[in-house]
Amino acid sequence: MKAWWRFKNSYFFYSFRRDPVALVSFSVFFFLVLVSLFAPVIAPHNPYDTSTIDVMDAEIPPSWMDGGQERFWLGTDIQGRDLYSTMLYGLRTSVAIGIGAVLFQGILGIVVGLTAGYVGGRVDGFLMRVADIQFSIPYLIVAIITSAIFQLAFGVGRFEQLAMPLLILIIGISEWPKYARTVRASVLGEKQKEYVEAARVIGLNPVRIMYRHILPNTLTPVLVISTIQVAQAVMSEAALSFLGLGMPVTKPSLGSLIKAGFQYVFSGSWWITTFPGILLVTFTLVVILFGDWLRDVLNPKLYKG
Amino acid sequence: MRLPALRAGSRKFTHGADPAPDACRSLMFAFIIRRVLQAILVMVIIAFIGFAVQHSIGDPVRDMVGERVSLAEREALREQLGLNDPVLVQFGRFCWKALHGDLGTSYFHKRPALDVIVSKAPATLELVFGATVIILLFCFPVGIYTAIRPRAWFSRLVMAASTIGVAVPVFLTAIVLIYVFGVELRWLPTYGRGVTVNVGGWDTGLLTADGLRHLILPSVSLSSIMLPLYIRLIRSEMMEVLETEYIKFAWAKGLSRWRVWLLHAFKNTLLPVITVFGVEIGILFAFTLLTETVFQWQGMGFMFLEAVERSDTALLVAYLVVVGVMFVVINTVVDICYGLVNPMVRIAGNP
Repeated sequence: MKAWWRFKNSYFFYSFRRDPVALVSFSVFFFLVLVSLFAPVIAPHNPYDTSTIDVMDAEIPPSWMDGGQERFWLGTDIQGRDLYSTMLYGLRTSVAIGIGAVLFQGILGIVVGLTAGYVGGRVDGFLMRVADIQFSIPYLIVAIITSAIFQLAFGVGRFEQLAMPLLILIIGISEWPKYARTVRASVLGEKQKEYVEAARVIGLNPVRIMYRHILPNTLTPVLVISTIQVAQAVMSEAALSFLGLGMPVTKPSLGSLIKAGFQYVFSGSWWITTFPGILLVTFTLVVILFGDWLRDVLNPKLYKG
Repeated sequence: MRLPALRAGSRKFTHGADPAPDACRSLMFAFIIRRVLQAILVMVIIAFIGFAVQHSIGDPVRDMVGERVSLAEREALREQLGLNDPVLVQFGRFCWKALHGDLGTSYFHKRPALDVIVSKAPATLELVFGATVIILLFCFPVGIYTAIRPRAWFSRLVMAASTIGVAVPVFLTAIVLIYVFGVELRWLPTYGRGVTVNVGGWDTGLLTADGLRHLILPSVSLSSIMLPLYIRLIRSEMMEVLETEYIKFAWAKGLSRWRVWLLHAFKNTLLPVITVFGVEIGILFAFTLLTETVFQWQGMGFMFLEAVERSDTALLVAYLVVVGVMFVVINTVVDICYGLVNPMVRIAGNP
């Protein structure tokens, strides 16, 4: 209760209430996450249940157009799945991959950055050189080549089965240097302070100092980049799926839905690609807007026109 | 920004007073040597990853012979190819061949993999070139205008559009462009490179009207990922410069508006913009993979994805090595240039 009261009176909450962009973007983000969590309850059809799918229903336009049907609000895709339900499930997959990948890269990056910053010396030199080297190659290239290698190593069938954990792994691997650098930079700042000195004098072991004393004080920048990274990860997932190196068409994600609909744009079935596309853009846009606001509030020094 | 770091040893060397010119030169030399050594190490690592992929996934014997060849014959072939040698010996052979430009033979194309990649490179480079031209044409005037007139409706529109633009993936832009200009209006072609002419071994679409028409939509969609970022970058740099004292002094001198904006302010926004541009061109290259897929542009990225579909391991490994070498070379050259231009990079270590 007391924590809530403190939060309610904080500058953070005050500026949140005063900023319409933050309010709207966070509400939309929260709404979309809720919708994706409860997709099985909300969606009128289950796209994974092949017994309810009829290929005869394929490519029905949205209900307000000529030839549209009441039961399929946003029309159907090429396999005869209800597009609205499929999008909800797709959003669920995309959000899960996005958050999973950010958790994975965050943990990896924090461990590396904390070790490099606290231990210093050769360990620091080595770890940061590795991060530098990976950083010099665009993350998308790393992700695409990694997933191509995985797809060849596992074979297409096995890859499709394991697509979700593998994508989390791939996107996590391609993005960890960002966390490692951020954490290392703030660890270097914290390391000089008296409380770390004090902890060392008491004789606490280094691992405890690193994780219990320094880590909590470096979490603000981690939080700031995490929001942007979620948007980034969702977009990476979409890009990989669009290239055919991510989620298969049978397991809808926003990227694989866009990919599946893309060929049918030429024949005039614009809705199969358009609606998932709008959903993807909306999701990434609100996450980016919220992340920008978070960065400005938590770090006023960074603010720039 | 990626700044190359020096080890503690050289930092000790320059501690205190400014180093003499001689010491400075030897420092620079040491810096270049260290940077090149690091580049070689990275190349060896990339080569090892490529080798590991080929060693564990690809089967050269399958690539060479048909179904009917017996097991004994296959085994003999394996022995002959040296596939039963120790791993390190094989890796050494892999590197040796790679250094001589032999990255294996593509299973599908039945040609040396490097030849296949080189023959696809012009398409990708022209796409990057087209996108760069579009970015350069638009980012400067629009960026300057939005900085000078931040409250004009056009500036607000541009800023709103660039915020949304960052969130739109490149393939969606491409699909929308295809739908509008290709399917509905039928103004522009939407796939392939059109008519190309061969100039000294380089298949170019830049010299034919048809090739140029084919280039428009792909380069516009590729430029759409970078254009919003550049407009914002130029705008914020320019706005910062416009606040400085020497600009106020220029106004006070009574110089003409255009002189202040272009000669005094704009010139000083160029350095950070050029720096970022050098780094981001690699990202542009990464996004050609997506653009090429949408437009069926016969470049390196399209070839790579086809290779993955066909399980063409040799071609995939060759692509990995070529792209790795490309990025290592670009980064090393850029770092050394920074070192030459900016002594801070050489002398100061990591923060």
